[in-house]
Amino acid sequence: MNAIPRTRFMALAAAFAVLLAAGAASAQTVKVAVPTFLTGAGAPAYGVPARNGVELVVRAINEGSLPAPYNSVGMAGRKVDLVVYDEMGGGTKQVTELRNKVQKEGVDVVAGYISSGSCAAIARVAEELRVLTLLAICGTPRLFEELVTEPKYLFRIINHSTGGNVGAAHYVVKKLRGDVKDGYMGINQNYAWGQDAWRDFNLAMQTLAPEFKPAKKQQFPKLFSGQYGTEISVLLRAKQKLVHSSFWGGDLEALIAQGTARGLFKRKKFVLPVGEITANRLGKKFPPGQLARGPYGLYAEGIDTPLNKWFRSEFRKAYKQPPSSPAYHYADGIIAAKYAYDTAMKANGGKFPSTDQVIKALEHATFDIIAARVKMSLGKGHQAVTSDRWGAAEWDDAKGEIVVKDVVEFKAECVNPPEGVNAADWVKGGMKGAKCD
Amino acid sequence: MDPELLLIILVDGLVYGSYLFMVAVGLTVICGVQKLLNVTHGALYAFGAYLTATLLILYFRVDWPQFGAFAVMLFAALFLGVVFGLIIERGLLRHLYHEDEHIIVLATFAAFLVLEDVLLLIWGTDPYLAPEPLGLLGSTEIAGLPFDNYSLSMVLLSAVVAAVLWYGLNRTQFGKLLLAVIHDRELAQAMGINVNRIFLLTFMLGSFLGALGGAYQAPAISVQPGIGVEVIVLAFAVVVIGGMGSIPGALIGSVIVGVARAFAVHQEPALELFVIYLIMAAVLIVRPQGLFAPAKPRTI
Repeated sequence: MNAIPRTRFMALAAAFAVLLAAGAASAQTVKVAVPTFLTGAGAPAYGVPARNGVELVVRAINEGSLPAPYNSVGMAGRKVDLVVYDEMGGGTKQVTELRNKVQKEGVDVVAGYISSGSCAAIARVAEELRVLTLLAICGTPRLFEELVTEPKYLFRIINHSTGGNVGAAHYVVKKLRGDVKDGYMGINQNYAWGQDAWRDFNLAMQTLAPEFKPAKKQQFPKLFSGQYGTEISVLLRAKQKLVHSSFWGGDLEALIAQGTARGLFKRKKFVLPVGEITANRLGKKFPPGQLARGPYGLYAEGIDTPLNKWFRSEFRKAYKQPPSSPAYHYADGIIAAKYAYDTAMKANGGKFPSTDQVIKALEHATFDIIAARVKMSLGKGHQAVTSDRWGAAEWDDAKGEIVVKDVVEFKAECVNPPEGVNAADWVKGGMKGAKCD
Repeated sequence: MDPELLLIILVDGLVYGSYLFMVAVGLTVICGVQKLLNVTHGALYAFGAYLTATLLILYFRVDWPQFGAFAVMLFAALFLGVVFGLIIERGLLRHLYHEDEHIIVLATFAAFLVLEDVLLLIWGTDPYLAPEPLGLLGSTEIAGLPFDNYSLSMVLLSAVVAAVLWYGLNRTQFGKLLLAVIHDRELAQAMGINVNRIFLLTFMLGSFLGALGGAYQAPAISVQPGIGVEVIVLAFAVVVIGGMGSIPGALIGSVIVGVARAFAVHQEPALELFVIYLIMAAVLIVRPQGLFAPAKPRTI
C-alpha cells in the first residue's frame, strides 16, 4: 500500500483544521427553528403575524436593542440564527421536519407551533430528540396531562385553552348577566380546539352560575367550511342571546360577513375567546360589543411596561399594523428562550450553558414576557400560567382602530387549575382551589 | 314538525344546495364531455374568488354605481374562464387525451398544485374581504327569520345556469354537436365535427363556471389560501351523487345534499359532518353510476 506523500498529508490536515474552525465559528450562534403556518388557511391570521413577531424580536436580540432586562446581545452572548419553516402539512410531516431540523441542521431550540395537532404529534419526538422545545400557541391541555407527563425538553409559554374559556365564563357571570338570563349556546369548529373550548366554557358556566342553562343542542360545523347560512338560522331561532364561539381566522370572518347581512349580531351577544385577531383585521367591520381576550394583541394596549411599549411601537413601524396575539405569542417564546439562556449563563459563572442548564433555568421560573408575567407553575414546571383579560371590542373613530372597553383581568390562579390537577376534572369538579379575589 | 321550521330548513337547504351546484356544475360539464376529472376546478374557484375580491375592493373605493359589483363578478369569471381554459386545455390536456384517464387526473392534480402556488405568488397569504355586495340586495323575512337576498339570489342564479345549460345542450346546434361528441367522440370526428374545438370551448365553459362559483361566493367568505381544496372535495361528492357528467344530476344531487344537511343542522347537528358522505355512500351502494348518469352505448 502506498503511503500518503507528506506534502499531501499536510495539505489535508490544514484543510481539515480550516473546516473544524469554520464549524466552531458557526457553533457560536444559538440556532432557533420556528415552525409556523406560512401557507394554508392558518397563515394569514396566525402564521404570518407570528413570523413577523419572531423576526422583529430576533433582530433586536442580535442588536442588543431590546429594553431591559433583555438588553444584552444574543442569547447567553451568542447571536440567534433563525430558521423559519412551514407548519402546514399535518402531524407526520411536522415530525419529519423536526427530525431534519435537529439531526441534519443541528438546531438548538425549537420555538413555535400553532396547531394543537402539530404539538400533539411532535411532543414525544421532541423529548426523544432531546431538543429544547418552547410551544407558542397550541392550546390543548392534554399536552402535559396525557401526552408527556414527565417533560424535560418540552415547555409551553402560554395558558392552555382552559384558562381562556374559564376566563370567558367569569366575564359573562360578572358583566353579562342580563344577556345570559335565557341561557347560552355555542357554535364551535368540529375539532379538538372547538370541542375543548365549548366543554371548558360550558362546565365553568355550570360551576359559576348553574341557574343559566345551555341550549340542548350545540353547533359544531366542519373546520374551514366557510358556509354558515343554516347555522345562522339556528342561532337566530334560538331563544338564547349569548353565543360562545371559538371560531378563528377565515371561518370567523365568514361567520361575521354572513351573520352581519342577516342581523345576527344585533340579536345575539358573542363570546369569542380568540376573536381579538379578527377584530384587529376587520376593524370597522367587526360587530361592536362582542368580546375577545388577552393579555396579548389589542388587550396589551395600555400595558405600560417598556418591553410592551417597544414591541407595539416597533411592530407598527415594521409592519404598518398593530401586533395581534400570535405576534405576541411567538415573540414571547423567543423571549423565554433568551431568559433561560441568559439566566443559565449567569448561574454557570458567565460561561455558555449546556441544554440541561438552560432547562433548569426555565423550570418553575417566573419571568416577564412582553405584556405579562408568566409563572411556569403547571406541568412540573413546564406549563406557563398568565392572567387573562376580557372585554368588549368596538371601533374607535378618533383612534381609527378597534379598542376594547370594560376590560376585566382575571388572575392566573383564578382561571387555571392547580399543579397536578387535570384541567377537565378541575372544571368538572367545580374549579376547587381557584383564587379569584 | 313545526311547518315554519320545515320552511326554514327548505330555504336553508336550497341556499346551500345552490352553492354546491355552482361549485360542481363546471366540473360536471367537463366530466360529461371530455370524460375527465378536472382537479384544477378547485383552483379556478379560488382564482375566481381572489380576482373578484380584489376587483371589488378597488371598485368600492371609487364612486361608481354599487350594482356594478355584479358586472365585476361576471367579468372576473369570464376573464378567468377564457384565459385559464385556453392555457390548461391547449397547454396541458390536449397533449394527454390519448393517455389513460388516471394519468390525466394526476396531471390536473399537478396543475392544481402549481396554480395554488401561483395564487400565493400573486396574492400572498393575506385574506381578502369584500362583503359590500352582501348588503346591496337587502333582506327578506321568511318564517320570522331574516335571510339576506344575496344568498337567496344564488338559488336564482343556479336555476338560470341550469336552464341555460339545458337549453344550450338540447336546443342549439352547438349542443347537438356536443351531444354527438359525448355519445361517441371518434364517430363525431369521422362525421366532420371539430372535436378539438368542442373540447376547448367546453373546457373554457367549465372553467368559467368554476370561476363564477368563486366570484359569487367571494363577498360571503374570507378569501384565503386553501379555499380551492375544500371546494373540490365537495364538488366531487356532488358529481358522484348526481352521476358523472349529468347536469340534472348535479342539480338534484345538490338540492338533496343541501336539504339533508340543513335538516341535520337544525335537528341533529352532530350528523352535519357526515351527511354529504352518507348520501354519497348510499348512492354508490344502490346506484354506483350516480343518480342521473347518462346512458352509455353498448360497445361491441
